[in-house]
Order: sequence, then C-alpha cells, then structure tokens
Amino acid sequence: MATQEEDYLGITDYKVIGTRPIRHDGVDKVTGRAKYGADIDLAGMLHGKVLRSPHAHARIKSIDISKAEAHPGVRSVITVKDLPLQEDQIKDLGEGAANLMDLRCNVLAEGKVLYHGHAVVAVAATDANVAEEALDLIDVEYEVLSPVLTVHDATAEGAPLLFENQTTKSLGEDTGKKSNVTTHFQHKLGDVEAGFEKADIVVEREFDTATVHQGYIEPQNATALWNADGQVTVWCSTQGAFTVREQTAQLLDLPVSQVKVVPMEIGGGFGGKIRVYLEPLAAVLSKKTGRPVKMVMSRTEVLQATGPTAGSYIKCKMGVTNEGKIVAAQATLMYESGGFPGNWAAPGSMCIFSPYNIADVQIDGYEVLVNKPQTMAYRAPGATNAAFASETVIDEICEALGADPFEFRLQNTSKEGTRRADGPTFPRIGNEECLQLARETDHYKSKLEGKARGRGVASGFWFNAGLKSSASASVNADGKISLVEGSTDIGGSRAALAMQLAETLGLKSEDIKPQVADTDSVGETDVTGGSRTTFATGWAVHKVGLDIKAQMIERAAKLWEVAAEEVSYVDGVLTNSADASKQMTFAELAGKLGETGGPVMGRATVQPPGVGGAFSTVIVDVEVDTETGKVEILRASIIQDVGKAIHPSYVEGQMQGGVAQGIGWALNEEYVYREDGTLANGSLLDYRMPTCLDLPMIETHIVEVPNPGHPYGVRGVGEVPIVPPPAAVANAIYDAIGVRLFDLPMSPGRVLEALLKKD
Amino acid sequence: MAKKVHVTTTINGEEREFLCEPRQTLLEVLRDDLDLTGTKEGCSNGNCGACSVLLGGKVVDSCLVMAVETEGQDIETIEGVASPEGLHPLQQKFLEHAALQCGICTPGFIVAAKALLEKEPNPSEERIRLYLAGNLCRCTGYDKIVRAVQDAAAVMSKA
Repeated sequence: MATQEEDYLGITDYKVIGTRPIRHDGVDKVTGRAKYGADIDLAGMLHGKVLRSPHAHARIKSIDISKAEAHPGVRSVITVKDLPLQEDQIKDLGEGAANLMDLRCNVLAEGKVLYHGHAVVAVAATDANVAEEALDLIDVEYEVLSPVLTVHDATAEGAPLLFENQTTKSLGEDTGKKSNVTTHFQHKLGDVEAGFEKADIVVEREFDTATVHQGYIEPQNATALWNADGQVTVWCSTQGAFTVREQTAQLLDLPVSQVKVVPMEIGGGFGGKIRVYLEPLAAVLSKKTGRPVKMVMSRTEVLQATGPTAGSYIKCKMGVTNEGKIVAAQATLMYESGGFPGNWAAPGSMCIFSPYNIADVQIDGYEVLVNKPQTMAYRAPGATNAAFASETVIDEICEALGADPFEFRLQNTSKEGTRRADGPTFPRIGNEECLQLARETDHYKSKLEGKARGRGVASGFWFNAGLKSSASASVNADGKISLVEGSTDIGGSRAALAMQLAETLGLKSEDIKPQVADTDSVGETDVTGGSRTTFATGWAVHKVGLDIKAQMIERAAKLWEVAAEEVSYVDGVLTNSADASKQMTFAELAGKLGETGGPVMGRATVQPPGVGGAFSTVIVDVEVDTETGKVEILRASIIQDVGKAIHPSYVEGQMQGGVAQGIGWALNEEYVYREDGTLANGSLLDYRMPTCLDLPMIETHIVEVPNPGHPYGVRGVGEVPIVPPPAAVANAIYDAIGVRLFDLPMSPGRVLEALLKKD
Repeated sequence: MAKKVHVTTTINGEEREFLCEPRQTLLEVLRDDLDLTGTKEGCSNGNCGACSVLLGGKVVDSCLVMAVETEGQDIETIEGVASPEGLHPLQQKFLEHAALQCGICTPGFIVAAKALLEKEPNPSEERIRLYLAGNLCRCTGYDKIVRAVQDAAAVMSKA
C-alpha cells in the first residue's frame, strides 16, 4: 500500500459519496424476502439442540447418552469426544484471538463446565422439538464446585480456580503464581509519580461495571452439510465467513479449503458473532448422520452462552493543575474474561486516556477468569467501561475547577502528534473539532430547567481496525457492475461499498450491484468488526474501480487506435484527448467489450495500514424520578468525527444505535447471577434493553476530518458512539440530583439507594 | 406424539390449510411448514416482537399463539404487505429513511406499524413510540424508525 500522505485524494466535489441512495438489499429486507441464517431449509434436514450445564462451575463425572440415542427421531448424539483434539495454539479471529483448545472446550465442555449454559452434549433429530425432548433423556453427573462471578471474587485469596494449572503472565513473564488472573500488562508514558507531584487537584475513584450482552435480535444459528466427498458447507449468520471457516476447519482438523462458509444475512452482531458456537457441532452431527443439520439457539441460550462483554473493575486517578492542565493519569483495569482466557482490558487500556494529551501516564491491565460465558467483543470492546471511569473523573475535576466541560477538554485535547500511553502517536484526528462543534450545538446552548433535571457530557475514543479485505467486480454489457465482496453486511455496508466504487468510476450508486460472497467466491476478508468495513473493504473496492478504469481506458484506446495515455476518463466518460469528438460513456464502451478483447473484471486485495481513529462526544439531558430512582433521557446528542460520511443516513444510524446501546448499558442492562452462579435473567423480559419508549430522538452532528490513510478520508463509524453515553448519563444524573454513581448499570434501585444515602 | 391437527386459515388473503402438532406455535408453522420466513424469531417468548403478525387485524407475537388457535382466522404476515402495484408506503419510507440496519426486526416493525396506521392515521410521536414498544431494535436507536412511520402516515393520509 502507498504511504498515508499519498492516500487521501482530497476530492471536494463528490458525486455519489455523501448522497443518500436506497440501499441495494433494502427491498428484500422490508418485504421479508431476505434470507437470514435461520431461514434456510434443505432437503432431508435434521435439527440439532444442545444440552447445557445447569451449574456455573462443576466437574463432569459422567455423561450417559444411551436413552437419548434410543429416543425415536434422534439420529445422533455427540460429546466433546467427537471433536478432534487440539493443540494449545492461538488463532487470530480478526477481532480478538482464540486458543483452539479453549475453543474446543467452549463448544463442548471437557472435564469441567465453567459457566451456567456451557454446552455439554449436542443432539440431532428429525425436528427441533424431538431434539429438545432427547436432551431431557441425557444423564450428566456433576460434582458441583464453588463459582467466582466477579473480578473481586476471582482474585480474592483462596478463590476457587477455573483451571488448576493457570498461572499469571505478568509483563510477558510467567510468574508461576496460580491464579484466575491470566495476564497482567502495563503501559507507561513519562513518570506518573512525578506527574502527580505537579498536580493541584487529584481525583481517584473506583468503578464496577456489570456484564452486558450485545443483544442482537437474531439468535446464533448454523446449518452444516458434511458431504460424502468430505466437503463441508456451513450456512450461518456471522460477522466473518472466513473466520468461521478458519475456526471450523481447525476444530474439525480439516484443511480450510475443504470447508465452505456461506454467510447468510445477519441479524446484528456488535462483536458477538465472530466466535463459533454451533458450526462445528452441526458439521459433526451432519458427518454422523449423512444429512444436513440445522441448529438455532433460543434466546436463553444466547444470553447464557454467547457474548457477553466483560464486566469490570476500574480504578482511575487523574491530576490537574489549578490552571486546568491534566498532568498525570493512572488506571487499573480488571476485566472479566469469562470461562476462558480473554483480552478485553487490553483495548480498554488503549482508549481510557486517549482523548487527552497527558505527559505522565500509567495503566495496568488484568484479564481475569470468572464463571461466566467466555466474554466477547461488543462495539468498541473495553472502551465503554474505561470511558465510564475516566470521563466521570474528568467531570468531577471540572466541577472542582469550576470549568466548562468542553473548555476543559479542549484545553487538554489529544490531537495530531499526541502520543498515546500504549505507544502510537496520533495522525490527523478530529477530537478537537468534535469538542468545538459540541460546544456550539443548539443542545448544549439550550437552557435545561426543571426539578431533578441535569445535563452531562462525555467523550470517547476507539482506534478502529484495518485488516484484510478483498473484492472483485465484473462489467456487464449494459454498463452496470456486479460487485462481489467479502464483508458481511450488518448495517448497510453493501451501499457504502457500492457508492465508493461508483465514485471511483464516475457511475451512480444504482449502477453497482453489490453482493456478499461465500468463502469460495471471494478473496480472504476479515470480519465486519473494528469499524473496518467501509474503511478497508472500501479501500478494496476503490482499487477494484481503478483496475476497471485502467482496463476500460485500454479498451477505448484500442477502439480509437490511440495510445492509452491519449484517453481521458472523467465522470464515467472516456474521451480521446487528441480528438475530442470521440467520446464514449462507460455504458457505451461496456457494450463493445466483445469487440475489444472480451469481458472486463477488476480485483483487489488490501491490508491498509492508514487506520483513522475515531472520537465522539455525547450530550445527554436526564430527569430523575426521586421517588423511584428511574432516569428518563430527555434529550441526547452525539457529535462524531467520521472522516467522511459515505452514506450519511447510515452513518447517523450507527451513531444513534451506538448511543441507544450505551444508554441501555448505562441504565438497565446487566447479567444478574444468583449466588450459585446461575443466570437469573436469561430472557429479554428480564435482560432489559431500551425500547422506543425509553429513548428520545437522537440528534446527530457529523464532523468530517478526513482520515489521511484512505482515498476518501473514511474512518470507521460503528463503534465509538457507544463509548461516551454511560459516563455522560452518570454526569447528567449528578447534575440533576447531586449524587455521583460509580457502578453500572445506574438502575432505579441503585439511583434510589444513592439518593437515600445522600439524604 | 400427539396426532396432527388440520387447520384452515386465511393467510395474506389466500385460504391456507395445514397440519400441525398441537404443541407448534403459529411462528413455527409459518416459518417451518408454510415457508413464510419473513416473520422472524428473536426470543420465542413474546419479548422482542420480531415475529409480529396480524391476527384478525390485531398485532400478535406469533410465538405466543398456538397454531391450532388460528382455525378460521385471518392472518397477515410481512409477505402480504406489499402489493403487485409495489411496496406499501411504510416499506418505502423505511427504505428512504434508512430505518433498518441489519433488518431482522424490520418485518415485525412494519407489520406493527401498519396495524397502528390502519387504526390511527395520524399518530403522534409519543403514540408511535408506545405502540411500537413491543418491538425491539438493537441497531437503530429507533429514531429513523419513528420518522419513517411518521412520514408514511403523512403520505398515506394524503393519498
């Protein structure tokens, strides 16, 4: 790839980018025709179900499947013994890595169950109800062990260990100390102790955040066919067909080319649909029965055994001078990994102080095993927890200084050249521009009146990802383009990609027909995650466009019998620069490809390095019901640097959706565990996500500071909007009732308790 | 296994007969037996609204209705919302307002919103939010959904 300086094209008169065409897959989705993973139906298909652990932590003493096997309609019953053994090796999933041994023991438990809902046995039967009946006939004998459910429990002296031989790796060295802490890492910038010496005001607070779920509306599903020739096909809803192929092939001990993954439409992911759960089970059940096997999780299974994202404990300390300069910051982040090792404190530590330019910083991170499902990415994973801590402390500092929250942030803002504590130095970023615009919004300038009402603000950062993307496209005789790309489309990315290709070629959005392809039909493409698709796959389609453009110029040159250099290509029109009377539109030339050498196809693979980090700022007004502790969101605004909004409506949608999820995280959402470690709220009635009645319209303000590492200046937009809301809501609650809350969620009971304590 | 039951219903204006087990929900029969997979399953216990259909003109979660209960009833699913003339205004406005991201909740929202607009052609924002509170969307934050319904209402009352 070219260097970053060369990448941004600096175009100012976009023709397609920045418009709002109807998305290409839209009609299928509003008419119910779009096929999601669970909509698949194959001839002779069986249905699979999973028996899950009723205990949070137990040793499996025996499993008796004989009665289930004998049940009429049951075709196969499998346990972990039916999955090939795995070596202890790490595989990158695109957004977080996985250890294959752990992955195997997660899809079907071996020896021990590590959380309530951990898969133990899988059954295939003639229909889903029969499969479920068979689950009742399986006898599993457990020796129940004490669970650990929070990072505090897990790190207490004498805490039960999830893995008896687990030791802590600290700063890269194995300490040999047995513990549920798998990893301790540290980022240091300057001298934090010397930094705090310079501070006039120091605020240190401790925060606990609950385990929350991504909450996608479509449950996990997978259908597999292990054919008689050994070829395996998997249909599923995933954020990344290639990562499913990699994981499934590894777990089944097959070469990757023997597995084909067909990504169906996906009903939300938010980071939760990257790891495999059902795919290898459906494949093994198919191998044993010779028939396709479909598996769909219930909502309870989704909540008990997929996702969630890490609950955490964070200690955050910041020091400022009386003049309002942040001189030092220190944080300890302890994040839940769930039942297997994870790494979500790591991204949290990359974000916690990154909106600010601070000379002396120290961050310590700890990844901690607990008896919960193995935690997974959730929209800017780790960053929301971290910003809840740092942005609450900042609010308290602003109060102590009597400073306007935006003036204070602007005084300390990170910008191009600021070094992050975890190493990188920022290229051009739009943090400052977001703060400047936020200060000028109608929302911030408006007066908020009324009893128990308050306003809060917060900022957030997410670094975004690059990774691998591939695309190809063919020119049709009518001048339209069939685009084939590898990024599964969760929120309108087909449109964002088609529009970038159209821009490059001077065509219209409707001239491009985008489709998401299976793993045999497109080059390797990493997950739709890390806010990378419009950026990285956008890069790929831009290069596809350049490839097609070059070929079309050659074809025109051939027709006009001139050198390619003599042909200009502007806005989809080819002109012979030696004889301007010779002109052809793209479509006219497309109709003549047969006479100039045959079809034209473009292709590209990329791994772009110029990832542009994203910042957002959120303003929230709340009203607290002081009788019940219920917090109502009166008004919410988000200001975000997106680099360049390709399709502004879908950019706004990402911003609004992120804020909505952040508000749910702030106010209601949490995993509630009983003392024995079983999940008490495994339904959407009790795991309470925001409804449209809980939210106001969400005002969006798009800031466009182009990313120098992308031809159209694109930064990712999907993740950073979830980062500021919990802190903004906490700060608004403080403004409303004078009570600071340090734990998530800020549910009515907790708010009321804090109010009572204050009085 | 209990014997299957013969049920006669009208679905999207056409008489449909099917055999179902007494334990099957309407959602299961629509999706698994009648190939009407536009109705989605999100939770199977009436908390997400993805499986919303109209039963006798009323919005119901089809996961909470037993298929045998629909004998003689009139059912409308997402597949019946568009006509040969084109998309329903709600469908068109959902597209124009980008009121869907992943799209899994969209059929449920459109079916529920259609029932609302048939009863109340000019609902307030508050009324729309109340009526659609049984349908969960995790992608959009609802802003664009509410606007699409408002806009569809405006277009329909002009027509």
